[in-house]
Amino acid sequence: MQPFSTHTGLVLPLDRINVDTDQMVPKQFLKLQTKQGFGRVLFYDWRYLPGEKPNPDFILNQPQYKGASVMLARANFGCGSSREHAPWAVADYGFRVLIAPSYADIFYNNCFKNGILPVTLPEEKIEELFKRAEKESGYSLTADLPNQTISDAHGLNLKFEIDNFRKHVLLEGLDDIGLTLKHEAAITAFEQAQHPSATMYEPVDAKYSPKQP
Amino acid sequence: MNPRTMYRKIWDAHVVHEAPGEPSLIYIDRHLVHEGTSPQAFAGLKEAGRKVRRPDLAFAVMDHSVPTKNRNLPILDEAAMGQFSALERNCREAGITLFDMFSHNQGIVHVIGPELGITQPGQTIVCGDSHTSTHGAFGTLAFGIGTSEVEHVLATQCLSQYSSKTMHIVVNGQRTKGVSAKDIILAIIGKIGIAGGTSRVVEYSGEAIRALSMDGRMTVCNMSIEGGARAGMIAPDDTTFAYMEGRPYVPRGKAFQEAVERWKALATDPGAEFDATVTLDAAKISPQVTWGTNPGMVTGVTERVPDPASFHEADDQKAAARALEYMGLKAGTLVVDIPVDRVFIGSCTNSRLNDLRAAARVVAGKHVSRTLKEALVVPGSMTIKAKAEAEGLDKIFRDAGFEWRDAGCSMCIAMNPDVLPPGERAASTSNRNFEGRQGKDSRTHLVSPVMAAAAAIAGHFVDIRDWNVDATE
Repeated sequence: MQPFSTHTGLVLPLDRINVDTDQMVPKQFLKLQTKQGFGRVLFYDWRYLPGEKPNPDFILNQPQYKGASVMLARANFGCGSSREHAPWAVADYGFRVLIAPSYADIFYNNCFKNGILPVTLPEEKIEELFKRAEKESGYSLTADLPNQTISDAHGLNLKFEIDNFRKHVLLEGLDDIGLTLKHEAAITAFEQAQHPSATMYEPVDAKYSPKQP
Repeated sequence: MNPRTMYRKIWDAHVVHEAPGEPSLIYIDRHLVHEGTSPQAFAGLKEAGRKVRRPDLAFAVMDHSVPTKNRNLPILDEAAMGQFSALERNCREAGITLFDMFSHNQGIVHVIGPELGITQPGQTIVCGDSHTSTHGAFGTLAFGIGTSEVEHVLATQCLSQYSSKTMHIVVNGQRTKGVSAKDIILAIIGKIGIAGGTSRVVEYSGEAIRALSMDGRMTVCNMSIEGGARAGMIAPDDTTFAYMEGRPYVPRGKAFQEAVERWKALATDPGAEFDATVTLDAAKISPQVTWGTNPGMVTGVTERVPDPASFHEADDQKAAARALEYMGLKAGTLVVDIPVDRVFIGSCTNSRLNDLRAAARVVAGKHVSRTLKEALVVPGSMTIKAKAEAEGLDKIFRDAGFEWRDAGCSMCIAMNPDVLPPGERAASTSNRNFEGRQGKDSRTHLVSPVMAAAAAIAGHFVDIRDWNVDATE
């Protein structure tokens, strides 16, 4: 995973509460078998008119936000479906930082697997950032993960909280599975003590049934 | 030992490793897999040269993109076909049990898990699907995960997790005739909001929850995620044990009795504390209909579409105004005056045998409105389909003008050909009314199976209580 330390980028203020992952990546793109290329379809139904003509009313298509890499969002961002295609699309489009008052659990978790820093700030700070982003063309923010701050060029400096372990994993770009496999012996010991199994007592109509261990 | 919640008991029994300042490593008893969120996980595993650790604890099924009719014809959707082939290949290579679209046991992942007895009390269950919360109806800790975590579970049979806060939702009293489990959970979401359960695991209890069948309990737990909760659970009891006995993966005889004793001990201890408690009175819950673009935008069937100005927060006012515009509704319209174009009875929320029985009681001897363009019944599994046919439910639905289909997610997510066309309005027994959920620019109203069935007959929403039909699922 791509490590994250600090990032400065143009801010896209997405002024809607409860943005769900169905909006980030609609169903028809869930059939693709890669993790790449989802940036093109990010917010597809909001972003495109019929014939994939960019919808000029949608903020992502407005020229002053071209190249945005910091998304400022509202409460409960990423609610709904567990689809990781949503953070894949967010990252593939070029966003590295999200700033919102709250996130849905699964989406929040998925962000950390994809090198995205989801910053949580209180509502009133978010409101202030929206005001600044809407007032100043080209408004940029810097996210500094080691120091846990969000800052702008005008002296604004906001501290944010983040779990230490998640911070560490993001800073180092660590592989979660690799981390877990360090505890291989504990997993094996658990299995030997608990004997997790799924025994079939009556035949089912299935293929490739594994041998019972 | 201090009194513990059911959630804490299951958590404690699955800790593989813990250290201060780190998430805990939790063992996963059952990993459910479907074609939509797994190909990248298997590919990642292969790329890293890793193997599936416990193929015997994984169960795969084709459900999200499967057609619900003419399964013997070639599938023209190449991308969907690609997903099916990938799942088939991945299961073959790893030795994972697969219910493909021709299996007599095929169905929606959250329907077949319980139906086959794969789901059992006290387990940890995950799936790359947010409605995994459904399995909590059996007293399991079950939650949805992303594809990276699917890969993680395939490789390690564990997940790295922080323990959640808990929320106790107590539904006291008895529901009135015509009110279903779906109305209970929609009323709960209406009360706590769609983020009310965020970072919490919910336990449902109270007289009205205890009175529900397993089908009804699954409906309630299924939509926990729509209230923001990662998982929802209900303590197992005699209703649970009676449901489980004799299912293919459930132990028999003495082993079953021993399992029941263990399962009985899962219930939250008296005096255990929850981080939050919410109480509802079932008698006050009316049949619910969503009017907006998330499941929290819901009201009683006798109410009117709300005025955005009636909301306190500016953000909520904006969201409501936008939702009404998307839904093509005017504030103040009586819910019963909203016409519907199509009706969908199905999904992991409401496609089980008791749901279909209840809907069939509504439509028996009647016919869908002439104004209706389509009415679909999509059973949750091929087993349910067969059982329903044995009872003659298919005939009741067909005679009433419904289409009777094969099992799958169908129009809930519309990844297969069952799509709600732009601008059209559906009464749907599914779980999400997000913009575009059932098809681009389509309009979804979430309701119970009996409410959907009645809307099909009338061509608009009706208060099912006026029809004097037993809604018990």
